[in-house]
This record gives sequence, structure tokens and C-alpha cells, in this order.
Amino acid sequence: MTKHALGIAAVVFLLAAAAYGSFFVAPTDVRQGLIYRILFLHVSSAWTGLTAFFICFVANLMYVWRRAPRWDWLGVSAAEVGLAFTTVVLVTGPIWAHPVWGMWWTWDARLTSTFVLWLLYVAYLLLRTLVEEPDRRALFSALFGIFAFLDVPLVFGSIRWWRTQHPQPVVMGEPGSGLDPTMWSVLRFSWLAMLCLMTLLLLARYRLEAMRGDLEIVRREAEAA
Amino acid sequence: MKNLDSVFAAYLFAWGIFFVYYLTVARRTAALREDIERLKSSLSRGK
Repeated sequence: MTKHALGIAAVVFLLAAAAYGSFFVAPTDVRQGLIYRILFLHVSSAWTGLTAFFICFVANLMYVWRRAPRWDWLGVSAAEVGLAFTTVVLVTGPIWAHPVWGMWWTWDARLTSTFVLWLLYVAYLLLRTLVEEPDRRALFSALFGIFAFLDVPLVFGSIRWWRTQHPQPVVMGEPGSGLDPTMWSVLRFSWLAMLCLMTLLLLARYRLEAMRGDLEIVRREAEAA
Repeated sequence: MKNLDSVFAAYLFAWGIFFVYYLTVARRTAALREDIERLKSSLSRGK
């Protein structure tokens, strides 16, 4: 078996173990019942998505500083992977909200800032399709990526600074908030599984972008010859 | 077992999104590899 196949198998195993923990290890919530188990998927995806956007932000800063193509490749890869995780957040959130709130969606600070974050990174990827010249494309998207990341602290702080329909933070929240220790362990394990999935996707996407970069160089050389 | 279907739907959607995303990356990589091979062979023919 190749290294890549082993990596995929390990991530699938971790995700299956996280799902098992969410369904069979974490105790049932007294008030919400079974539906709260979506939290393990929703919250871990949200944290992983924000981690990917942070990687994108660092890569964008590094590109502006160093102008090395590999930072551009990492930036676009992390943006796309972060977008996949944020899409999961925006899909699983309403599935949880409908039975609990009696509605799929509300425009409160947390939901709106997360949706805006999703739109910003869609715009980041669209922007790249509009600029043909590789160096200009990389610089424009790096600058836009740095701007887009400004929404991340807003997403994090939204449930701390404003009154929202979205639940108040159970992690790093006010005194008295928090999770049952078993739930907390399952949540941390789910996050670990999601981080491993993010790494796998990021590596695959980075390889693709690096190949594109190499192809562009070969094309330019072929045109010049 | 109230809301079990919603919990399953959430897991199914999430795994579906990740799976489809991984497939698109794999397909784009395979297509690009073909492009590179084509370019290499056309370059070697031109030499």
C-alpha cells in the first residue's frame, strides 16, 4: 500500500472513530436529546475551517513578503479546503437549528458573519480566475486573502460581543459555561480527526497547485522557444 | 429516537461534501497530469 492510501485509510478510521464517539460514547443531552450530537461534527468542522483560513492568512502574508510561488499555492489550497469545512458548518447548523429553534436560519451576528466569511473566500477563489498573469494573480489574491481574514475574529467574537440566537460559547466562554468532561473529550477527538482530514485534503490540493505552477513554467518556456 | 434522521442527514451531508471535494481534487490532478504528459510529448516531438 502506498503512503497516500495509508493516509486516507488512517483518516477514514479516525473519522469513523469520531462518529462512533459522537453516537455511542458521549452521553445524551438532557435538554436537546439526540440532536445535540450534530455539535461534534458542526463545531469540529468550524474550528478546522478557521484553522485552514489561518493557514491561508499566514501563506498570504508570506507571499506578500517573500513573493515565492509556494506560498501562493499554499494560500489557495488552504482557502479551498477551509471553504469545504465552512460549507459543512453552514449545512449542519440549519439541520440542528430546525428542530431546536423551529427555524432553519436567522440573521444573527454569528450566522451572518460565518456566511460572509464563506462568501469572502468564494470571492477569493473567483478573483483568481479573473487575473491571467500568475504573479499579479498571486499578489492580488494574497492581498484579498489578508482582507478576508479580518472576518475570522468577528466570527469568533460574535457570540461573545453580541446577544445572538446562536448558543453562547461552551469553550473559552464565561465562568460557569462548559461541557461535560466526556462530551469535551469526544469533541476534542472529533477536532483531531477533522484536522487530519484537513491535512490530507490540503496536501492533495497543494500537489495539484504545485503541478499547475510547474506546467505554467513549462508552457512559458515552450512559448519562448 | 427523536431527530435521529436529522443527525444522520447532517453526517451524510458532511461526509458527502468532503468526499465530493476530494474527488474533484483527484480528478483535476489526473487531468493536469494528462496535460503535462501531452505537453512533454509535443515538446519532445518538436526537438
